[in-house]
Amino acid sequence: MSDAKFPLLHPDYKSTVLRAPKRPLIPLAHTISEITGPVYGHEKVRPLDNDLTRQHKGEPLGERIIVGGRVLDENGRPVRNTMIEVWQANAAGRYYHKKDLHEAPIDPNFTGAGRCMTDDEGRYSFTSIKPGAYPWQNHSNAWRPAHIHFSLFGMAFATRLVTQMYFPGDPLLPMDPIFNCVPDERARSRLISSFDLETTQPEWALGYRFDIVLRGRDETPMET
Amino acid sequence: MKKMTFGVTPSQTIGPFFHYGMDWEGGANLVGENVVGERIGIEGRVFDGSGTAVTDALIEIWQANASGRYTHPEDSQQTPPDEDEFIGFGRTETDDEGYFRFDTIKPGRVPGPENTLQAPHISVSVFARGVLDRLATRLYFSDETEANAEDAVLSAIEDETVRASLLAKLTESDGKLVYRFNIHLQGEQETLFFEI
Ligand SMILES: [Fe+2]
Repeated sequence: MSDAKFPLLHPDYKSTVLRAPKRPLIPLAHTISEITGPVYGHEKVRPLDNDLTRQHKGEPLGERIIVGGRVLDENGRPVRNTMIEVWQANAAGRYYHKKDLHEAPIDPNFTGAGRCMTDDEGRYSFTSIKPGAYPWQNHSNAWRPAHIHFSLFGMAFATRLVTQMYFPGDPLLPMDPIFNCVPDERARSRLISSFDLETTQPEWALGYRFDIVLRGRDETPMET
Repeated sequence: MKKMTFGVTPSQTIGPFFHYGMDWEGGANLVGENVVGERIGIEGRVFDGSGTAVTDALIEIWQANASGRYTHPEDSQQTPPDEDEFIGFGRTETDDEGYFRFDTIKPGRVPGPENTLQAPHISVSVFARGVLDRLATRLYFSDETEANAEDAVLSAIEDETVRASLLAKLTESDGKLVYRFNIHLQGEQETLFFEI
């Protein structure tokens, strides 16, 4: 079993208690239905969709960042021309969402959603501002570490991934029940981006590197 | 066993605030005017282990066209050119009562193991707050009795109640074919989910 697989029930994260299936998942040997997936229909991604700081008239408040990296499969091959969607809270830790009731200011110049396609080397890059930590109701004095939500398709139904990217050195990480749903420390550490001076642009923005590895579409539980 | 040189990035919950980040043009409607195939609706509701509606789930579907071909480079079957505009991907969220709906066509049978054909089916992904990894299931059609009986995936499920959790039930509404497919994340009627 891959070290990135883990139980769906994690009682420290309360919402899993009634939402985690109790019966074991049934292994499904891949057929054409699992090795194919949505690779078309992404033409609507526009060049500026990957710059979350330029979607409004003014500039959003916060620490400007560039998040980039590569999307690879388990064998290290680049996943080309695949769509990445991201969404995040603003610098004050507030989502542009009607159900986010956190009493932090909305930034009129920041929505916090973006998309881009990977290039021929599997590379991608977003410009944004660093999201703030925000409180949630899971337990007393619970705060989510700063994070960016990522959604990726890969080449197949089997490779679909929705995850969250964190920032290095965040003191909230050790006590975050969602981050700690992943029991394997090495696997968990792959969710943390690294500060990257090469991506950092002088006088402009801090760079963070976040490489993403998607499951191989050929991998079946029998093989491991 | 193949050598895994690169560690896989683990999944994390989609959380409650994905809606504006995952906007998909035409998300719940997969069919343009010229798409060939029998128009169907898929309607369902998502429930948690206490029977409470899940009002913040995201549902995605992936399916073949009417002649059983996927719009994907890996599928080398020939298809009539007028079917080309069907992609076969849909995405929608549950509403404040846990309901979702797709407008699509009934998929054809696609190849299965050892020269068999699979019964018509749609691959379904469920994401939600409190769901740590994408839940994958399949939607089969209740009126495809013969094809369902031959299907390798369905036949391998011994418990009849569990097998029934994958069958969307045909109903008709306003002369339109609608299949009802409820998803139970947990509980007595728990939907069968696959490890993919
Ligand atoms: Fe979040």
